[in-house]
Amino acid sequence: MEVCGTHTVSISKNGIRGVLSKNIRLISGPGCPVCVTPQGEIDAAIELSKKPGVVITTFGDMIRVPGTTSSLEKEKAGGADVRIVYSPLDCLDMAKNEPEKEIVFIGVGFETTSPTIAGTVLKAKEQKINNFSVLSAFKLIPPALEAISNAKDIKVDGFILPGHVSTIIGAKAYSFLKIPGVIAGFEAWDILRAIGMIVEMMKGLENSGGAIHELPVQIQYKSVVRDDGNPAALKVLYEVFEAADSNWRGIGIIPGSGLVFRNRYKSFDALRRFKVKVKNAKEPRGCACGKILKGALTPFECPLFGKKCTPDNPVGPCMVSSEGACSAYYRYGKN
Amino acid sequence: MCLAIPGRVKSISGDISEVIFSGLKRKVSLKLLPGVKVGDFVLVHAGFAIQTIDKNAAKETLKLLKSL
Repeated sequence: MEVCGTHTVSISKNGIRGVLSKNIRLISGPGCPVCVTPQGEIDAAIELSKKPGVVITTFGDMIRVPGTTSSLEKEKAGGADVRIVYSPLDCLDMAKNEPEKEIVFIGVGFETTSPTIAGTVLKAKEQKINNFSVLSAFKLIPPALEAISNAKDIKVDGFILPGHVSTIIGAKAYSFLKIPGVIAGFEAWDILRAIGMIVEMMKGLENSGGAIHELPVQIQYKSVVRDDGNPAALKVLYEVFEAADSNWRGIGIIPGSGLVFRNRYKSFDALRRFKVKVKNAKEPRGCACGKILKGALTPFECPLFGKKCTPDNPVGPCMVSSEGACSAYYRYGKN
Repeated sequence: MCLAIPGRVKSISGDISEVIFSGLKRKVSLKLLPGVKVGDFVLVHAGFAIQTIDKNAAKETLKLLKSL
């Protein structure tokens, strides 16, 4: 399973599925942050966009994702102030320049992204910026991989692990894995090499009768991934946030897989500031995004794929986000 | 979403640096990567440097690629 959405895109774009031996099947995993964000959190972001004086800031992919009855894009068309930012630090400039506005960042992403938001929160606190807050919908990768490893409806033999998440959390964060895992870069060559390494590791497992004698995780992306990751970034991340149970689209609640504000930073929590609750909401009808995210179905097995659901008119987030499996498979085809 | 791009640190002032990405200059925060020096290659995500790039490891990968 390639865990990361950027890997899914690279695999599709380079036609890697088409050149592999028949014994190797690549399954796309849960590594598209927008895709795994459950409907209730998207609805909460939409509700926030309707509050007077609120400016919603986010990275690009998020604004087109359909919530239960609307999307941030539709709200923007209806007059809501929704802006795309390149860096969360841009929000602090906005907050300073527009003190009468409330700048709310929709925090979606994995361990690559969440430390940048934590760093921004620390900066806001230092500079006493009070009109900035964050909806924390962040997710953590290792607990999700543990959940997928233990799932009964899907059998994964090895993980191509996310390159940039791993620059932060390091190879050691995966030491719980009982199947081979290789942290890979994003070029075609990196991914092919990682697949080769997984196959070698599987052979090693067979020869040793299934016993793992060494750390099961190897690093292919050595130029930026170390065993310990980036301790300074992790320190900033866990200064502001702490792990909590979190709901993933299609997978459900995974213990310790989300991030919530620690008490001393609670004033930056947008849900608390605007008294918005994340409610349980139904997934779009017929959309198989949830099953696709945990590898139980391929996009081609969804009855809506390419018919009712296309990148121009997406039903679920896996078709909206450029990193979503449905979007990548639609653009680049079967191979 | 986890896209990150490599660049070279041109100057540093406090926890803000100027990083050159193939000719393009941008301000990048070093809050998550203290200890970076001018001339280092760094990986940048969402306006923050998140890791230094190990030149030797990168060269090793290129050598492996060329040997095929």
